[in-house]
Amino acid sequence: MRNDVSYPSVMSRKSEILKHSVGIDYQEFELSPLAFDYERLMNCCGYSLSDVQKVQTDTGVGNTPLVELKNITELVRSISAPGKGGRIFIKDEKACPSGSFKDRRASLSVYHAARLGYKGVVAATSGNYGAAVASQAAKYGLKAIILQEVYDSRKVGQPEILEKTRACEAYGAEVWQMTVGPELFYIMLRILEETGFFSASLYIPTSVLGIETLGYELAQQVMEREGRFPDMVVVAHAGGGNVTGTARGLQKAGSHETVVVGASVDLRGLHMASDYDFNRKSFTTAHSGFGIPFLTWPDRTDVPRNVARGLRYLDQYVLVSQGEVFYVTELLAKLEGLERGPAGNTSLAAAIPLAQELDRDQILVVQETEYTAAGKLPSSQLTFAEENGIEVKRGDPRDNIPGKVIVIPQRVEQLQVENLDLDKIRQSYVKHAIEATGVRQPREEDILFMAEDSRSSVDFIRSVLQGIS
Amino acid sequence: MVKEPQNVLKGTLVQIHKVILTPEQRPEDIPACTKNVPYEAWIKGFLLDDEARIGDTVQIETFIGRRLSGTLVEVNPVYIHNFGKPQPALLPVGKRIGKRRQ
Repeated sequence: MRNDVSYPSVMSRKSEILKHSVGIDYQEFELSPLAFDYERLMNCCGYSLSDVQKVQTDTGVGNTPLVELKNITELVRSISAPGKGGRIFIKDEKACPSGSFKDRRASLSVYHAARLGYKGVVAATSGNYGAAVASQAAKYGLKAIILQEVYDSRKVGQPEILEKTRACEAYGAEVWQMTVGPELFYIMLRILEETGFFSASLYIPTSVLGIETLGYELAQQVMEREGRFPDMVVVAHAGGGNVTGTARGLQKAGSHETVVVGASVDLRGLHMASDYDFNRKSFTTAHSGFGIPFLTWPDRTDVPRNVARGLRYLDQYVLVSQGEVFYVTELLAKLEGLERGPAGNTSLAAAIPLAQELDRDQILVVQETEYTAAGKLPSSQLTFAEENGIEVKRGDPRDNIPGKVIVIPQRVEQLQVENLDLDKIRQSYVKHAIEATGVRQPREEDILFMAEDSRSSVDFIRSVLQGIS
Repeated sequence: MVKEPQNVLKGTLVQIHKVILTPEQRPEDIPACTKNVPYEAWIKGFLLDDEARIGDTVQIETFIGRRLSGTLVEVNPVYIHNFGKPQPALLPVGKRIGKRRQ
C-alpha cells in the first residue's frame, strides 16, 4: 500500500523515516527528554580519526595546502599598533575535489552509506555541501538526490545557488530546485521514504567527524612549519558543524590553547523562511540567520539530535558585514593571487581585525577557502543585489543594513568585527532547551548536560533557570 | 515568456515543474508572504513520452534514472547565472597606492 504523502501524514512518520535513513536509533543515546550522551552518539559509527583520514585520502579529500598570506599580514601590520599584527595563514580547502571543505563532511557519510548497502544518498542543502555529496556519490557509484531552496515565488534564483545546481548536476545528481520554505524537510522525508536512500544530513556524526581532519591537519601543518600550534583559528559558522569538527580536530592534535573564533555574516532582521526576504540576502550560507539560532538551540535540524554543537567549542563569536566579505575577497585575489568564492572568505573578513590584536609572532589560521565560478563572485552577487533593490556603495561598513544597503569599505582600517556576548547566547540556549523539550523541572543530569552543552557551569545554568521561573 | 508550441521528442533534456503543496496545504507557522504562494519544485531529466509540448503533463527520467512526472516547462534548459556586471564599488579594492595596497 502506498503511504499517504500529505504534509501532516509524512511529518508524523518523521522519526520512523529518519531511523531507517541514517541507520541510527537516536533513542539509544537519550539520557532524559533533554539530555543525551553526546560523545557516545558521536562515536556510534566506530570511526577513529585515522580511519577518517584513510577514507578521505582514498578519494582525494583533504591534505590541502596551508598558505601564509604575507601581503595581507603586511597590510594588517601597517594599520596595527606597534608590535601588533599576527601572521595570517589560510587553509586552501578549494583544493578538495568539489572545491570546498564540505567534501570532508560528505566523504565519510557517503562512504558509510555505501558500506551499509544504501543505493543512494539524499541531502537538503543550498550550499557547497550538495556538490560535495554528489561528487562523493559519483566516486562510490551511489545515486545522489540534492534538494535545494533556490527560487522565490517569481522563480528568481540566487546566483550562488544556481551555480550549486549546476555543480550538482555536473556530478550527475538529481536536483530538486525548490521555492522558499521550511517544507524542504517535508519533501526530503518524502523522497527518503520513496527511495530508501541514506540521509546525508549535515548533522549526523559522520558529517562532523569528517571535519575533524581539518582542525587536526591545520594544527599539525602549523606545528611542522613553525614549531608551535596556532594561537587562533577563525571558522565560518552556520549550522555549527564547521566549528564543532574543527575544534575537535584541534583538540585531537593537542592544540588545546588555540582560541576558536566563529564568524558569520550579519543578516539580522531578515527572515529565513520569508519568500520576500529570500532574494534580499546576498549570502546564502555562513550567516547569522543560521549561526545564531543553531547556537541557541542546535536540535532544530533534520535529525533528532544534532552533533554539530557550536556552543560547546566556541571561545568567541563575531559578525562581519556582507560588504566586508566582498572586500576581502577582492584583497585575497589582488594581494595574494588567490581568487576564491566570497562565502568561504567570511572568516578571512573577521581575521583582518582580529589579527590586529595579536602580537606579531602569533599565528592566526583562516580555516577555509571555497571554489569560485559564475554566480559565486562578488560581481555576480552584487549585480543580483542591485537587481533586487539593494543599494551597493563604498563607505563605512557600519552603515551596512542587511537587506537594504551593502557597503564596501573604502579602507582596510574600516574592517571590524562585532563581538556577540556568548553568555547571552547561553542564556537563550537554556530557555530554548526547556521550551523545546518541555522539561519544566530539569533534574541534575539535565543541568549537567546543559552546562556541558553550553560550555558554562552548573551554577550558571542554575542562575539562568532561576531567572526563567 | 510565451513560447511557440513545438513538439519535443523523446530523450530530449527537459525541465518539469511540480506544485508540491498548495497555499492551503502549507503549514501555518510560516511567514504570510510564503504561506500565500504554493510550494514548488523544478527538476531536470530526459523526456520519456514519445512527444510532448510545453505545458503538457509528462514523464521524465532523471540523471539517476528515476521516473518523475510534472508539467513540461523548459526544453534544453540553460544555466543563466553569470559573472555579473563590473562593480564600481569593488574596482578600486586592492589597487596599489604609493607603496601600499589598499
